[in-house]
Amino acid sequence: MPVTALDIFKLLAKKNCGECGVPTCLAFAMMLANKQAELTKCPYVTPEVVEQLESSASPPMRTVKVGDIEIGGETELFRHEKKFFNETAYALIIEDDLDDHSVVKRAKKLDAMKYERIGIISGVDLIGVKAKGDAQRFSDAVTLVNDNSGLPLVLMSDDADIVEAGLKVVSKAKPLIYAGRANNCASMAKLAKQYACPLALYADDIDELMSLSEVAKSEGLEDIVLDLNLGAKPLRQALEWLTILRRLSVKKLFRPLGFPVMLNLDNGADIETQAIRAAIGTLKYASLILFSDLDPARLYPLTTLRTNIFTDPQALIQVNPGLYEIGKPNRNSPVIVTSNFSLTYFTVASDIEASKVPARLLVVDTEGLSVMTAFAADKFTPEKIAETLTEYKVADKVDHRKLIIPGMIAMLKMKLEELTGWEVIVGVKDSSALPKYLKELANG
Amino acid sequence: MVAIPKESWSGKIKEVTFGATDDEGGTRDRKLRLGGETTLPFLAFEGAVSRPAIGMEVIDHLGEDYPQLIIDEVGDVIRDPVAWADACVNIYGADFICLKLLSTNPEEENVGAEDAASLVSTVLKQVKAPLIIQGSGDYEKDSRVIELCGEAAKGEQCLLARAEQDGYKSIAVAATANDHAVVAFSNIDVNIAKQLNIMLTEFGVPPDHIVSDPLMAGVGFGMEYAYSAMERIKLAGLVGDKMLQSPMIADVSVAWSAKEAYRVDANLGDERDRAIFWEVGSAIAALMAGANALILRHPKSVAIVRRVVDELVG
Repeated sequence: MPVTALDIFKLLAKKNCGECGVPTCLAFAMMLANKQAELTKCPYVTPEVVEQLESSASPPMRTVKVGDIEIGGETELFRHEKKFFNETAYALIIEDDLDDHSVVKRAKKLDAMKYERIGIISGVDLIGVKAKGDAQRFSDAVTLVNDNSGLPLVLMSDDADIVEAGLKVVSKAKPLIYAGRANNCASMAKLAKQYACPLALYADDIDELMSLSEVAKSEGLEDIVLDLNLGAKPLRQALEWLTILRRLSVKKLFRPLGFPVMLNLDNGADIETQAIRAAIGTLKYASLILFSDLDPARLYPLTTLRTNIFTDPQALIQVNPGLYEIGKPNRNSPVIVTSNFSLTYFTVASDIEASKVPARLLVVDTEGLSVMTAFAADKFTPEKIAETLTEYKVADKVDHRKLIIPGMIAMLKMKLEELTGWEVIVGVKDSSALPKYLKELANG
Repeated sequence: MVAIPKESWSGKIKEVTFGATDDEGGTRDRKLRLGGETTLPFLAFEGAVSRPAIGMEVIDHLGEDYPQLIIDEVGDVIRDPVAWADACVNIYGADFICLKLLSTNPEEENVGAEDAASLVSTVLKQVKAPLIIQGSGDYEKDSRVIELCGEAAKGEQCLLARAEQDGYKSIAVAATANDHAVVAFSNIDVNIAKQLNIMLTEFGVPPDHIVSDPLMAGVGFGMEYAYSAMERIKLAGLVGDKMLQSPMIADVSVAWSAKEAYRVDANLGDERDRAIFWEVGSAIAALMAGANALILRHPKSVAIVRRVVDELVG
């Protein structure tokens, strides 16, 4: 909740002394509210006021970095109020009692579980290394995983010595420590502080979770992730508590629980059940989800769902510009030009697919505007198309030099031919005519 | 002790009854109640929760593009709408059937309204679950089709689909004359959804005889737009906007627009598992956003989504 200038003014000394460089306290308060001034400039503000203002100015939910991934930092219950900020991170587990060869194999496999969809790459974000034996084995396993994957890690053990063995290998990469509990919180918190790593806290009860949070904070920790055992609760309870925790951070500004929330799905359920829980968690307030395992058949829809829910409702829906392959085009396949408005892309791509004629779709950056709008706004120009043609090295991928442009911008043909030296073919006016058009083209 | 933040909602989602049992003069073997909740989806700790109904799609004209996966799963009966509907209810466990009379489309087979009504009668005789009767989308033809089908189904408390902003009167008449409810369709636009409810109500459709369809979009094909529209509608209803308190229906079969859900690609795992989960994921999104009824396509999706609903409703 933003602090208003008036709220700040009420806390100031109201001397209007001008020593901060601003004539009145009200003016100073307004500048503070807009982050255009520093509170330290006022010689008369008390330490209590400083604390109060700092605490209400800080975000409702901490943003925690695990490796290079940011989680949390959310401010909303509903994406349409603003947006959801940091995509729910997915972590898959490797248990350290696998033999070395299997650990390496699984690390490489998880590292490669990524899918590209309309220019966005998405997949497994983290690897959880789970201790099943002693500190030495854990340390060896963490080393193997770290050497064979670029993903940030979650170090999983209840034993602080075992966790430390892992931290000695990878602490610089800021792995998440899982987890501090009632019986080990103080020592885990000390480790987390010492190695400057984020710490997950686990409790089955919200009051207990809150006291663990207080313990961690008293050790100077700020990078905390909360596990209320919702991964194991029936869906109804899980959903209720996920909602409660989110309300506590963003509506109530309840600082003891103002942290990202995680789901640990590693409790014996099958892949499909985990995927279903993860879908609910992704839509409803989980910042990190830990799986025992997942297959591509579930991960791919899940990452697509995740991308969907985290898109910015206020941004123009667009796809990344580039050269997209539809079907399996070869060096003689047609090249079709279009804009990067999402709806245009999907419609055109779908119509090309329906034609069963493999083709390449050159998507030009029209800042999310449709063909006609972009053309009217001078954003779909021969120069822009020519630039895109070069940038994505289309000439290297095809033997012909023919470019099909949307029928509605036929007037660009001559200038485009001039700029590129390619033959520009004026295509159909409505993409629904593409299947017939491309079939006829293919048949000569 | 942490204080649990409970919202107090001043509004209630209307309850629309769907399916008339014999004590009401119908022949349905169950009566469904859509809506009636007093809080956000499944938050039983702060209000009354409603159980979403899970239905299946039956089409009387399978286009060329209908996924082979579904055809293989259902088998030959997919060519016979009556047998298909029977399988949906009695084998796959659907709560209701959405019968889409696409064959009546003047641009396709242009089957006559009388034949469509006759099909509806046969389905109602053989399959005892509640029924949604949906036209082909051609307003002029649908007027006639829905009129006759509404008559044929009189007394069974069906849902007639779909009324739209530019064409709602004939469906509204067919509904009020035969005691059916109306599915009010809007194109992912909260204002139009509200406007349509106002127009239907002013035209004489009782408020508890309207189910809103704000247009579902599947995962990867605009799901987030549908999701936010539904959330906004639900929230408006719960804070007291009487014209946005209709229960909502989500036609999740749109998930099958995503060819990537079922194309053969070893990198993306088994296509059957993937396609089913694509539909299930879309259904979960609809449930989280507040859908009170779902229309599904794949038989296996029904069992999975039912387990999810059972666990959410408790």
